[in-house]
Amino acid sequence: MATTEEVKKLAALARITVGKAELEKFTAEFDAILAYVGQLEKLDLPQGKGGEKPALRNVMRADGEPHTALAYTEKLSEQFPSREGDALSVKQIITHD
Amino acid sequence: MTKKPNELTIVEAAAALRARSLTVRELWDACYAAAQEKNPELNAFLEIFPADERAIEAAQIRVDTDKESAPLLCGIPLAIKDNILIEGHIASAASKMLGNYRATYDATVIKKLKEQNALFVGRTNMDEFAMGSSTEHSAYGVTKNPHDTSRVPGGSSGGSAAAVAAHLCIAALGTDTGGSIRQPAALTGLAGLKSTYGAVSRSGAIALGSSLDQIGPLAKTVEDARILYEAIRGADPLDSTTITDGLYPAREVPENLRIGVPRHLLGEGVDSGVLAALDATLKRLTEAGHTLVDIELPTSSHALASYYVIMPAEASTNLARLDGIRYGHAPRGKTLLDDYVLSRTEGFGEETRRRILLGTFVLSSGYIDAYYRKADAARAVLRREYNDAFQKVDVIAFPTTLSPAFKFGEKGDPLSLYLEDIFTVTANLTGMPAISVPMGTVERDGKKLPVGIHFTAPHQAEEILFTIGRAVENSR
Repeated sequence: MATTEEVKKLAALARITVGKAELEKFTAEFDAILAYVGQLEKLDLPQGKGGEKPALRNVMRADGEPHTALAYTEKLSEQFPSREGDALSVKQIITHD
Repeated sequence: MTKKPNELTIVEAAAALRARSLTVRELWDACYAAAQEKNPELNAFLEIFPADERAIEAAQIRVDTDKESAPLLCGIPLAIKDNILIEGHIASAASKMLGNYRATYDATVIKKLKEQNALFVGRTNMDEFAMGSSTEHSAYGVTKNPHDTSRVPGGSSGGSAAAVAAHLCIAALGTDTGGSIRQPAALTGLAGLKSTYGAVSRSGAIALGSSLDQIGPLAKTVEDARILYEAIRGADPLDSTTITDGLYPAREVPENLRIGVPRHLLGEGVDSGVLAALDATLKRLTEAGHTLVDIELPTSSHALASYYVIMPAEASTNLARLDGIRYGHAPRGKTLLDDYVLSRTEGFGEETRRRILLGTFVLSSGYIDAYYRKADAARAVLRREYNDAFQKVDVIAFPTTLSPAFKFGEKGDPLSLYLEDIFTVTANLTGMPAISVPMGTVERDGKKLPVGIHFTAPHQAEEILFTIGRAVENSR
């Protein structure tokens, strides 16, 4: 059973604010969803077969020439919510007080 | 009765362009006019692009010069799901979060289509970040099913499906994480393909579940789906999960296919009309020389539960990058933390927030063993069961959906909407290719609603899917 406290904590971890009404709705829905996916807890997988992984492959890439410097700078910085020249401008997080 | 240009298939349109009975301009104008006329009602497109005169002219020149050797998609107007990047255009994934995001590069699939001189009619509506099975979870309003506008077109590629089904374009691209191409294809009467995991590059696709996602075609015929798939597939240095030809053992495509049918999955919950259409289709296939084989896939009954653990886990991880700092929706609060929280709270819609929370939960300490690791283990067993089944059959068949298209709001609680994916998720979990092909209609309120038959093939055996798909089309 999920509690509103748990859901609130998850929301904080996920950097989301959930309003009071929505918190109760989400908690109730969580219970239904977790009850459904909870069938996995009871799933009895064949001995020794549970940890099987699909065949894994290493994908390596040779070091090559990087793209030309500044080729994408303007395009990317156009998307910045706030910029100073080509730099992304964010709030100061370290103060000297 | 002759078809209007926008009603043509890729094959028909390409032939007409080569025969000079149709110009690229006329084909574009027909699609564009149909899109302008019908979109206010259907809301299939979030944006219809203005005519790109240079692209139209270049396509015409290539058809005229290269004639028969011109690519089949040259001059063909396509619709593109809003989570696939086209440089210079908005790519919002139908979210407020990316409502102002303009793509800074072309997705690899777009690059490939541009190399063939294909044209783009617009970007299509979808469930936000591809989370949903009805296109009701878009931040920009629902898309309606052209077969009955009181019903959903399926989702999450519902806009692409509606655009093709209503002939607002010739074919379209969607993405499929748990059925998001095949389910809307079934509910709108189209062919829809999810290829082998890694067959098509995802560079430039906005990620939902990275171990599940594939880009693929929604088309009017199986042959059109094949043409579009052939145009976009291939290994790509920009996506290290793409695979090269021949990674998996090659499968023959016999003339008469052995079709595995897991009858034990077709009990409760499947609409009687859907079952009747399935049985009639399978009967016609046996009359055409194919054989039916009873198979058991016992772990299938846990596939959906596994999927709804793995997908939200991956989604919550992928969407963590959206924080209002570098691009997208970016309101500002007092502190840096406020900036993140405000951006994410305002930017994400309800279903997205629900899945982020669910993903955060199943990955959290204390629950990861009970949910995520168990789901991952079940996934491996499921893959083995399918591989075992493919020792004695060439292809596995069941219906794509439990029922025909449902009405808006009919599946209001999240779990009943999740159940919509019950047949389609296994192909994403196993990484195997799967196709939905129209198998007739089921009548509801006096309207004929399309339903689809779903085939799964072994890894990299897409050719078997096209063969059986064409057999279904020819048996009608």
